[in-house]
Amino acid sequence: MNLASFPSAEAAVGIGLAWLALGAFSLLESERARFVARGVFPLSALVSFALAALALRTLGDPADTLTLPLGLPDLPFHVRLDGLSAFFLCLLGVCSFGITLYASDYFRSESVQKLRLLSLQYHWFLASMTFVLLADDAYMFMVAWEAMALSSYFLVVTEHRQGTIRRAAFIYLLIAHIGALSILLCFGVLHEAGVEAYSFDALRQAQLTPFWASVAFLLALVGFGAKAGMMPLHVWLPDAHPAAPSPVSALMSGVMLKTAIYGLVRVVFDLIGSPMWQWGLLVAGMGATTALFGILYALQQNDLKRLLAYSSVENIGIILVGLGLAMIFFGSGHPEAGALGLIGAFYHCLNHGAYKSLLFLGAGTVLRSTGMRNLNEMGGLIHRMPQVAGYFLVGSLAISALPPLNGFVSEWLMLQTALQAGQLDNGVLRSLVPLLAAMLALAAALTARCFVKAFGIAFLGQPRGVVSEHAHGHGEEDASLFERLGMAWLAVWCLVLGVFPSTVVGLLNQVSLSVAGAGLPPSALEAGVLWLVPSTQARASYGPIVFLLVIAVVVLITYVTVRVCFHGRLRRAPPWDCGFPEQTARMQDSSEGFGQSIRVIFAPIFRIAQRVPNPEDAQPKFELRVEDKHWHGFYLPIARAVEYLSARIGKLQQGRISTYLLYSFVTLIALLVFVR
Amino acid sequence: MTEQWVNLAATILLIIAFAMLSQRRVLSLVRLFAWQGLVLSVSTAMVAYSTGQSHLWISAALTLGLKVIVLPIVLHSLIVRLNVRWDVEPLINVPTTMLAGIGLVIFAFALATPISQLAGTVTRSTLGIALASVLLSFLMMIVRRKAVPQVIGFLAMENGLFFAATSATYGMPLVVELGIALDVLVGTFVFGIFFFHIRETFDSLDIRHMEKLKED
Repeated sequence: MNLASFPSAEAAVGIGLAWLALGAFSLLESERARFVARGVFPLSALVSFALAALALRTLGDPADTLTLPLGLPDLPFHVRLDGLSAFFLCLLGVCSFGITLYASDYFRSESVQKLRLLSLQYHWFLASMTFVLLADDAYMFMVAWEAMALSSYFLVVTEHRQGTIRRAAFIYLLIAHIGALSILLCFGVLHEAGVEAYSFDALRQAQLTPFWASVAFLLALVGFGAKAGMMPLHVWLPDAHPAAPSPVSALMSGVMLKTAIYGLVRVVFDLIGSPMWQWGLLVAGMGATTALFGILYALQQNDLKRLLAYSSVENIGIILVGLGLAMIFFGSGHPEAGALGLIGAFYHCLNHGAYKSLLFLGAGTVLRSTGMRNLNEMGGLIHRMPQVAGYFLVGSLAISALPPLNGFVSEWLMLQTALQAGQLDNGVLRSLVPLLAAMLALAAALTARCFVKAFGIAFLGQPRGVVSEHAHGHGEEDASLFERLGMAWLAVWCLVLGVFPSTVVGLLNQVSLSVAGAGLPPSALEAGVLWLVPSTQARASYGPIVFLLVIAVVVLITYVTVRVCFHGRLRRAPPWDCGFPEQTARMQDSSEGFGQSIRVIFAPIFRIAQRVPNPEDAQPKFELRVEDKHWHGFYLPIARAVEYLSARIGKLQQGRISTYLLYSFVTLIALLVFVR
Repeated sequence: MTEQWVNLAATILLIIAFAMLSQRRVLSLVRLFAWQGLVLSVSTAMVAYSTGQSHLWISAALTLGLKVIVLPIVLHSLIVRLNVRWDVEPLINVPTTMLAGIGLVIFAFALATPISQLAGTVTRSTLGIALASVLLSFLMMIVRRKAVPQVIGFLAMENGLFFAATSATYGMPLVVELGIALDVLVGTFVFGIFFFHIRETFDSLDIRHMEKLKED
């Protein structure tokens, strides 16, 4: 088939419509819950796969546009599939394939009513994300964006009988709407007066003064930052993710946050077109702060899914640092280094999609099978659910940026970008960029610590206290077949993305070329499949295959040595108790204990309420609450100010009709005078 | 010639508006409202006769039927059935209101002069009076504390608007006028229903009681 004539945009729209249809179909199917779980979800997984394949195929193609016969009169929907859209669609397809497979098993025990609604919302959520990525005019973008926010809101309130979940979902909806408002204003600023159409083409051609371009950029940063979870707009994230069912958390964290990154890139690099380095500094600074704070808060969480949610905040911060660096370099005239930053950010989007979805799915199986989400109740789960433990370990290693898995590659690329700072002419920038890189490195190290904590406390050691007698009890402890398939798919991607980085970077280079018009230098692309080279071979290179080989050889040698030398006498015995036989499982290091040193070192950034028992206490009780300072320092003052102002404005309301009539009379007179 | 007659009608309208502002009896208010409608209808018919705009005849007939016959009867029977025939005490005393009214008339003329120079109709000089009667009716709604006079003020305001439309542009398109006529009719019925409900709830039609509905 001729590549150029392949109707890729039509196919992508078709995939979105297929998801809509699947959602609607599951609502019709009223009788058999089993059919919805076993039939609709695997079908939808196939659709995801088709989307991933389609997007991968069209990654390097020129943009394909299409005008749909939908929308308002004179305001049709425009669709466009270019490199940037294709990349994010690919991310959507890859992640949702695994997650949907997993979901077909995870949701199987829900009641029919709930399952129908879940399936409808889930598939419309997928479809709206597809349309966000495909939209080529502000109107369709906003419609799809709001549809995405609403469908995910309804997914978050699936367990709407719990007050905390309703509250979490409400905060999510609130911040999503503030963000959407900001995005709408941003499109309004981008829109040139006198031009009729709101299509992205018209926005691209608008000539903006630096001031208005900066206003548009700031609005976009606030709007998309709210969706992505940039500090201090992140507060919805650690509440909404644990509230949602686990596949939904995975989808929201793995994919939905990336649509915000897509939007930011689309506006800054495509619609505005020429980023200024000052913006880049702002984005990178916000990103570095977000990353550092996110992971520090993650370290203090006891709820596994909340921990993962804060870790998503951190990863978004890392991606923003990459984008910010790219904007700094593009803005100061070094497109090759800028492209490297952009590629690093895209790579991290992909990686985070893979491993964070995997981790959320792992946490989901733990929750489904044992009913536990508090780390302090878990422990020793590796014995009961070895499969989940294995996949969770892969995810933990990947997110901790250990080679040869994928997390390392993108973080390394970003640090390499930061090391290009020597090219910059501005002395202040030259000294600030390495500082950002240092914050990034610190965040990466803390991530490793955080996931040592998550994996160690949850899966290793012995069960703490009451061993989850309240298990949901499906007779099945470990992950079931489809759950395993879903997690295995994502785990394989963690490995593949880590081992073949140069292939991926080659593809991402085309994305960068299509969105920013600049790619990596030829010297970087000639290095071959085995070596990943960001600029020149002499400067730096990374060969994951070598790492893999070394690891494999070391494991093999150890294995052989043990086999040869092992004396064959195996004895199972309790571990040495250090001469203190009164130990119980509750004496194991707890979640709070693991985070204690960090809590002490970084005490000023937390809001800590602690009650330590005194030695004479008959019934000693230890209490510790670590909270996000943003809530008290940023949101509550705003809420109070709003209440104060509304009380003031409320004084206008007298309840007397004559007064109201007088208001309109005075307004009328004033307008008449004014218009005259 | 017609211009003279229309000007006369406009003057009568203005006088009636002032009369309504100063009138304390509800039944007299209704009667004044009917007179206002009649004058309006006659002046519209005169404009229709002199300009040959056929749709203005329909407007005139509509005004006659609705504002001179139907609405006064409806209002009258409402007042009788609700037994609210007594005098109404305005919020502000009558002389003050009248003074404010004079101020409004001057304002309306100041406003209308540039507009009426633009309009090419025979009736353009009456635009100021039309605006003044709108504002006077509005003022009446503000200073009355009972519900029925407020509704009459609302209807009178509509009369003023109608007159303004006729004098500035020979009336609005027929469809719009039909729509407004229907709105006024329906509005009156809705008000009637509300009167009963308000009286049932508060045992009175004094709208001061509505202040209790305010949220604290």
